[in-house]
Amino acid sequence: MIQIRDLYKTYGKGSAEVHALNGVSLDVRGGEFLVLMGPSGSGKTTLISIMGCILQATRGSVKIDGREMVGLPESRLPAVRLRHFGFIFQGFNLFPALSVRENVEIALDLKGVHGGKARDQAMELLTRVGLADKAKRFPADLSGGQKQRVAIARALAGDPPIILADEPTAALDSVSGRTVMEILSSLAREQGRAVVVVTHDPRVLEYANRIVRIEDGKAVTEEEGVAA
Amino acid sequence: MSTLAIRNLFHDKVRLAVTLTGVVFALILIVVQFGLFLGFLETSANIVEHSGVDLWITAKGLPHVNGGSPIPERRRYKAMQAEGVKEVRPYALVFANWKLPTGAQEAVQVVGFDVDSRLGGPWELLAGSVDDLKGDDTVIIDRHYRAKLGGVEIGDTVEINGRRARIVGYTDGVRSFTTAPYVYTSFKNALDYIPMTQDQTVFLVVRAMPGVALDVLKARLQRVVPNVDVYTNGEMLSKTRNYWVFSTGAGVTTLMGAVLGLLVGTVVVAQTIYAATVDHIREFGTLKAMGATNGYLYKVILQQALLSAVLGFAIAIVVAHFVVEGSRSGDALILMPPQMVAGVFGLAIAMCTAASVLSIRKATSIDPAMVFRG
Ligand SMILES: Nc1ncnc2c1ncn2[C@@H]1O[C@H](COP(=O)(O)OP(=O)(O)OP(=O)(O)O)[C@@H](O)[C@H]1O
Ligand SMILES: [Mg+2]
Repeated sequence: MIQIRDLYKTYGKGSAEVHALNGVSLDVRGGEFLVLMGPSGSGKTTLISIMGCILQATRGSVKIDGREMVGLPESRLPAVRLRHFGFIFQGFNLFPALSVRENVEIALDLKGVHGGKARDQAMELLTRVGLADKAKRFPADLSGGQKQRVAIARALAGDPPIILADEPTAALDSVSGRTVMEILSSLAREQGRAVVVVTHDPRVLEYANRIVRIEDGKAVTEEEGVAA
Repeated sequence: MSTLAIRNLFHDKVRLAVTLTGVVFALILIVVQFGLFLGFLETSANIVEHSGVDLWITAKGLPHVNGGSPIPERRRYKAMQAEGVKEVRPYALVFANWKLPTGAQEAVQVVGFDVDSRLGGPWELLAGSVDDLKGDDTVIIDRHYRAKLGGVEIGDTVEINGRRARIVGYTDGVRSFTTAPYVYTSFKNALDYIPMTQDQTVFLVVRAMPGVALDVLKARLQRVVPNVDVYTNGEMLSKTRNYWVFSTGAGVTTLMGAVLGLLVGTVVVAQTIYAATVDHIREFGTLKAMGATNGYLYKVILQQALLSAVLGFAIAIVVAHFVVEGSRSGDALILMPPQMVAGVFGLAIAMCTAASVLSIRKATSIDPAMVFRG
């Protein structure tokens, strides 16, 4: 689904240069729950950002369904993101002025689903994450775990084949973290999506199909997870 | 309409209040200043506009209608002989002193017109009749200036330049651009109030035969009447208007006020919309990461701005309506014709659109990769 070859990313210029990625190669397959781990500053966020086409690589190759993304003009990337990815963030990034249902609807709106159809689909997605009864609430009324579940429903809007999550449980207590991980792993297992999760949380390992360790901007080891 | 635009706008009530205050303040300033300007245009030369005169014969070098100087009245006979002239009447417009009951004095402008022809007479009478001015020492004042002229009423007797004058009627809405109100009287009476001899007049006002080309008649009169200038009513109107509204700087000042309102309003609105954009920058970043194009973000920002414009406009027009109503009894007339309301709506839209430019630039510069950074 995603093929990464020899990927480099350098931030800044001259003496301020930071080599965040130093020739990473990695494959992500449909239906797998892939975990990226590694020390702070090793380049995990950089990698997942480039994977999700929200950051441009310095050089190397990223192919999505066989299509090269590196070197595409910036203006082409929003459409790629819209079509292929659902994003989940550590800080949830919900829209505080929108109700729970509207938070999901806005993602549908971006994908061209409006009105009653968007409403029905949003409710369906919220049902899937167990929050249909909170549809009219606002993010401020929800617990961290509930917020992240809304974010998952939003990421699933428009049915993207790949879900990218950067430390989705870091801001959650262990019980909510577990619920979120369970939902994410079911997206891979039951729905055949590719789910890529960056985390420091060792409890995630029991859900993972594969764990890739990143160090100094390179993928150093790769092992099968418990769920493999 | 984007739900996000509406929700974000109403989410922060304080900011909404600040934005709307900016829009409302600016629009009211524009309406009042521009309305004052229109009021100036109206009042500065109303006496010419409503005179019913076709051509004005005046002393040479007249600056404006309120600044006439005497000419011999017998020029009238020369003028009457010109082909195409229907009638020629004397007309005086001269500053004088009105003595208040307290002994203080107010400056007024005595308008002496020919009562039989009514040429140059009052155009909106509230009480009394023009024929009442046929009596000796009779004057008509405007209702609006009654208090200024000493709280006088019909039947009261006052003094103008030391001569007796009895009030026999009120006009309505016959405002003066200067602080000196118009006091209507017959030309015959006027000669008593103003320092002019019996064989003089300030103007000779001409009514032409129907169908006569006024510029042709003007040239003819200019030829046959010696030592005078002749103006069409339109020329007298713009001459007088230009003098009071533009040469005195009054018009420019009010127009500057309107422009200032526009600038201040735009800055205030730009500032609040920009602050709102910065506050929501994370949300815009999230939208971008999710796949929103820059165009989508512009739409959200622009819709917020336009919504502010429409709401601000609605409030401003209601408030301005009361200001305009209040001005009817105040010192300066403020006009708000429908075209101006439409124009102000356009300005509100333009102002808020311009104000969102900075915010739109800000939104373009958002790096969507920010969403994964703490
Ligand atoms: N926008 C940026 N400009 C400059 N340097 C950056 C930028 N983003 C990241 N870096 C640097 O690139 C390197 C990799 O950062 P990255 O955020 O990808 O690491 P990470 O593995 O996600 O770390 P963490 O576990 O702390 O989130 C770090 O040295 C970081 O300081
Ligand atoms: Mg990181």
